[in-house]
Amino acid sequence: MEAHTVNTPNQALAKPQTKLIWRTFWILLALTALEFLIAFTVPAGTPRTIIFVLMTLVKAFYIVAEFMHLKGEVKTLIWCILIPTVFVAWFIAALLIEGGSVHEMRPQMPAGK
Amino acid sequence: MATVSTQEVSPKKLWGGGMEPMKASYGKLMMWFFLLSDAFTFSALLITYGMNRFGANAFPGLREDFKFSTEYWPIPEAVFKAAPFFHDAYLPLVFVGIMTFILIMSSVTMVLAVEAGHRMDQNDVEKWMAWTVIGGITFLGCQAWEWSHFIHGEPDSPTFAKVFQGGQWVTKQIIGANLHENQYGPPLFADLFFFITGFHGTHVLSGVVLNILIFYNTTMGVYQRRGHYEMVEKVGLYWHFVDLVWVFVFTFFYLV
Repeated sequence: MEAHTVNTPNQALAKPQTKLIWRTFWILLALTALEFLIAFTVPAGTPRTIIFVLMTLVKAFYIVAEFMHLKGEVKTLIWCILIPTVFVAWFIAALLIEGGSVHEMRPQMPAGK
Repeated sequence: MATVSTQEVSPKKLWGGGMEPMKASYGKLMMWFFLLSDAFTFSALLITYGMNRFGANAFPGLREDFKFSTEYWPIPEAVFKAAPFFHDAYLPLVFVGIMTFILIMSSVTMVLAVEAGHRMDQNDVEKWMAWTVIGGITFLGCQAWEWSHFIHGEPDSPTFAKVFQGGQWVTKQIIGANLHENQYGPPLFADLFFFITGFHGTHVLSGVVLNILIFYNTTMGVYQRRGHYEMVEKVGLYWHFVDLVWVFVFTFFYLV
């Protein structure tokens, strides 16, 4: 029946395994839709920002773990990629504190100008 | 305790050369480390945005009364509220939502191409790579439109700002945005918009070029003859990373 797969020694045209891919897609789509909902229903402020950041990290997890398949790599490789990102955490803390300080030193907006 | 997946190798021997301790090819490993370094670059850009936003004044009034001024940082849904074919309609974040969907979708078609490569199914790899290329080009087109709209601005409602010109402060009418002035807020907001979405767009562009090359090689049967489709995986990593960056850009530039 499958005459055109003579030269493929291993599995000759196996069935596509796409269940997990589509599940990941629906999760990403649902999270993005939820982000939109929150953007227009929840008032802006620190709690909303925290929700957005957490949802972004969940989405990032699914992209890296499932789409980039980091989940299926050996532990050493996973840690080699994840551990250096602590520098980003430091970077965020350092510069946001700096930004807050800039804001305090900046002359406040004069009223009615 | 026993892990019987591979035979016992002493750690010294495992890292002593001639083995693949991470069980990934050189090319794949280097792609991962390149992406890590690229992640730092994008982090730097986004954190710079965060710092400047923290440092800038916020709009003092109610969100409903928001008006553009160079004195305070704009709220994103007021800036990004236009979409092609819907002139003058107030559609906050709708267009950027469509762009996000396009990019996620093209990430899915990419991972489907990788999956087809594992099965050595040339026709499926071709099909999904073609869709990925189309998705990437569509995203770039959307971004071009968004940039064009941002640069040309809204001539009906110009922003007035005090600028230092010819040795004195004068009030100037600003329409649109460039690296020096910005209708929507402080000039820095426009600078960061151009740099962050521009740097991401450059990545999308190079990703599309790589995807076209992979598509071409697939149709020519290069990987079929080679016996594996690892190149699709490697370029796939890059493409997913571009999608990953957009997830962060979307949150920190458009939502927060």
